[in-house]
Amino acid sequence: MLGAFALGAVAALVLPLGAFVRRTALVFAAIGSACALALSVSVLRAGATWTGRWDNLLQPLGGVSLRLDSLGAFFLLIIGFTGLPASLFAIGYLKQIDRHMRSRATHTLFNVFLASMCMVTCADNGGTFLFAWEVMAVASYLLVISDPEQRDAPTAGLWYAVMTHAGFLALLAGFIILAQGGSWEFPALHSASTLLAPRARGAVFVLMAAAFGSKAGLVPLHVWLPRAHPAAPSHVSALMSAAMVNLGVYGLVRLVFDLLPPGPPWWGGLLLGIGVITALTGVLYCVAETHLKRVLAYSTVENLGLVFIGLGFALLMRGYGYGPLASMGLVAALLHTLNHAAFKCLLFLAAGSVVHRTRNVSMEMFGGLIKRMPATAMLSLVGTLALAGLPPLNGFPSEWLTFQVLVAGAQRTAPALAILLPLALAGVALVAGLAALSGVRLFGITFLALPRSTGAQHAQESTWMMVLAMAIPAVACVVLGVAPASVIPQLSRIASDLGQPTGPLSAGLALSVPLVASRMWAAMIAAVAVSAGVAAALVVRISGRDRPVRVGAAWNCGRIIQSARSEYTAAAFAEPLKRVFTGFYRPMQEVTIDVHPTSRYFVRSIRLRADLAPWMDEVVYGPLVRATRGVSDRMRQLHSGSIHFYLALLPGALLLLFVISRWIR
Amino acid sequence: MDPLMTDALVIAAQTAFLIVIAPAVVGYVRLIKARLQGRRGATIIQPYRELRKTFRKGMVIAESASWIFHVAPFAIVGATTAAASLAPVVSTVQPADLVGDLFVLAALLMLGTFFLALGGLDPGTAFGGMGSSREMTVAALTEPTIAIAVLTLALTTGSTSLGAITGTVLKTPAYAIGPGHALAFAAFLIALIAETGRLPVDNPSTHLELTMIHEAMILEYSGPYLALIEWAAAVRLTLLLTLAANLFLPWGMATSLVPAALTVGLCAIVVKLAILGLLLALLETRVAKLRLFRVPELLALSFTLALLGAASSFFTK
Repeated sequence: MLGAFALGAVAALVLPLGAFVRRTALVFAAIGSACALALSVSVLRAGATWTGRWDNLLQPLGGVSLRLDSLGAFFLLIIGFTGLPASLFAIGYLKQIDRHMRSRATHTLFNVFLASMCMVTCADNGGTFLFAWEVMAVASYLLVISDPEQRDAPTAGLWYAVMTHAGFLALLAGFIILAQGGSWEFPALHSASTLLAPRARGAVFVLMAAAFGSKAGLVPLHVWLPRAHPAAPSHVSALMSAAMVNLGVYGLVRLVFDLLPPGPPWWGGLLLGIGVITALTGVLYCVAETHLKRVLAYSTVENLGLVFIGLGFALLMRGYGYGPLASMGLVAALLHTLNHAAFKCLLFLAAGSVVHRTRNVSMEMFGGLIKRMPATAMLSLVGTLALAGLPPLNGFPSEWLTFQVLVAGAQRTAPALAILLPLALAGVALVAGLAALSGVRLFGITFLALPRSTGAQHAQESTWMMVLAMAIPAVACVVLGVAPASVIPQLSRIASDLGQPTGPLSAGLALSVPLVASRMWAAMIAAVAVSAGVAAALVVRISGRDRPVRVGAAWNCGRIIQSARSEYTAAAFAEPLKRVFTGFYRPMQEVTIDVHPTSRYFVRSIRLRADLAPWMDEVVYGPLVRATRGVSDRMRQLHSGSIHFYLALLPGALLLLFVISRWIR
Repeated sequence: MDPLMTDALVIAAQTAFLIVIAPAVVGYVRLIKARLQGRRGATIIQPYRELRKTFRKGMVIAESASWIFHVAPFAIVGATTAAASLAPVVSTVQPADLVGDLFVLAALLMLGTFFLALGGLDPGTAFGGMGSSREMTVAALTEPTIAIAVLTLALTTGSTSLGAITGTVLKTPAYAIGPGHALAFAAFLIALIAETGRLPVDNPSTHLELTMIHEAMILEYSGPYLALIEWAAAVRLTLLLTLAANLFLPWGMATSLVPAALTVGLCAIVVKLAILGLLLALLETRVAKLRLFRVPELLALSFTLALLGAASSFFTK
């Protein structure tokens, strides 16, 4: 697996520039992903672990130590599964950069990125983990800024680099506290953590939750996500959104369910609360945003919020000693991670083809694409239905399970739960409703109605390779949606491998939660709905053989010419909601009315400019950014240009270091 | 008889009942409204006549429409039928519990709304988009109320399955008159009004495009497609009224599948639908349509009621 990625990376560097290098490098990436997929499936199937150790590699970090258990294998599965279509997609997608030198870098980094993500899931000591984590961060950073045509990519990259490195520092600090000067091997950390003082454990939890949370896009650490994902090339966005952010989830699960002993309930309460806020923030911006890929990025924030609701719930229940409920929460979170990865990979690839073909990124410039890109539209509809959390696609089962575990948890009688869980449930329900709205908006404005720009008017279907790449996750969306029960045993086993008591979640044909006596038989629901629809279609078809069907103009209140200017736009679609949540959005509106000089009753033109600046970024990061600027301005004053001054600074710094080292001793 | 066959038969019979009776419920509400407004009104079977007539008419399809426009009516019918198949109508013996619970039902209704909204956007007219946008906003904001109402029911009865809820409430009538259920019932009724597009959220008999929600979305539909959508909307109304009746006031429902009990159950649901329909008609003649941007306040009220209901079940436990 790693060998294939290495071959791909090297091939991208040495082969002569052109189509061949692209195909070779990306085919190797696809092969590597397929190997990752095969390895993870075999580990999940057999229930065995796979280990590897190379002490002389990366010696200063304590050697490379790899171990793939069922939890790691699950996340490796997601990486392999999203890496495969992303690589195939890129073969068609990256054709236009064949002649540029940067294509080498892009292909190499893509392979490195995939390999480092795979390595994160199997790292078995702190050194290897941090190394893989950092390589992943750097590779993805470089990929984000790799497209010179994206003018906002450097800013996005800066945000991303700062956030990810702050996260890295927090992670490092967490590992240092956790290891207490001892070994950094995970098994050793596991046993050492039981000796740790509760307060130190709390510190480790907060530090590492912040680090992993920033990778997963938890509010308020999500700011890099809606900037970086749109700036990256689409196959990279798909990987970042469907695989990389999930590694934040992986890290947190590894930390709290494996490395650390059971913690107090506030850990769970904290994650649950942040999860709800994240999901709501994500979905509200997802509904209001008009940049296609940013819509999807915010939807990632929303879905990771839902995953963290499940995780927080699991921790909360473990804190209260309701073991089986905790493992149900964990299963719900993992199931949603998997489902989200499938549909988000699909949607980012679809967004990639739309952007590629229309040469536009704003939803306001699309429309009517269903007639011009039928296959992409069809597959996007599958992804959108999943994103909206509707049966019979895969967004629904995990959402349903999250509802059920919250209800089951609310039946316990701890007073804190009586307040927290109903609110969380209401939050999840609102998120589900708004996700459906955003699904209608995403699909309806992009693919339906009349084209709103010449780019959309002349769009063509993507190449067969790109369509094939999109079809892979689409099939997974349908299968996971119709037969969600088939993966539950595996997920339960992951929970039990982590020492959780197996929850009362049985899965035969239907998903069932005995605690609240509820079941969901997705295949049956789909069968009933489809057969009823088909029956209605047959009735209409048979009864109406001689019925006239006329194709005419649409009703526009008497206007004869239908133009795209009168149809609803993405901004207009979200307008009622923006009014409802004015307090949240704090929209800015600028109305300029140009009147005739002789009389102000004759209006020549009206311009309306509505802006939606995410105020949260400014409130949280504004002071930080200003302070950093201030400090760096001060530092700049030191740059006097005089070599004597610099020479004088050297011994000063040396002296200071001596004093500090003396003081630390 | 084979138990599986019995189960299928029970589900099919109840679903068929809801589908067949739905236009009559609409006709009944219209009739009562007419009487309350001092008109004579059409008979209860008028909606059947309208459906038959619309079914026979030809269709005009907008040039700008795509295949979504053709698929949407059938998707709506499919989703609504699947939702209806989960509802307990005459008996608390509910084999459909094996297939799905209240959350599934809500999601299926949402699936119908989703396709309806896509159908509205597809021809690319201003009205269609307007209707879709409004409908989705109302639907999204109604969702939390429904979830909390379900939670309230689940907290007292211990389940989110429809048959289990009705069965438990029937056995323990104290639940039904407790504050939790009463508040959740009020909340559910408001959610029902919003979900089915009745006054004061939406006016089902409006003729002015700018005030429309539901009607604006289906402006482009005609002939059999329109008939299917109208019928599905009627089923949706009947289904939600049935849920309001049977989840919160399950008296009269059959607890076993013997003919006598089933007959009583059938009469009970007809009487309950008649009473709820009367209430709906009364409400619709008493209130005026709210401004669209006042609707969220109404929904916030219903959400608060539901939350109070959930909180009170914690205290009474």
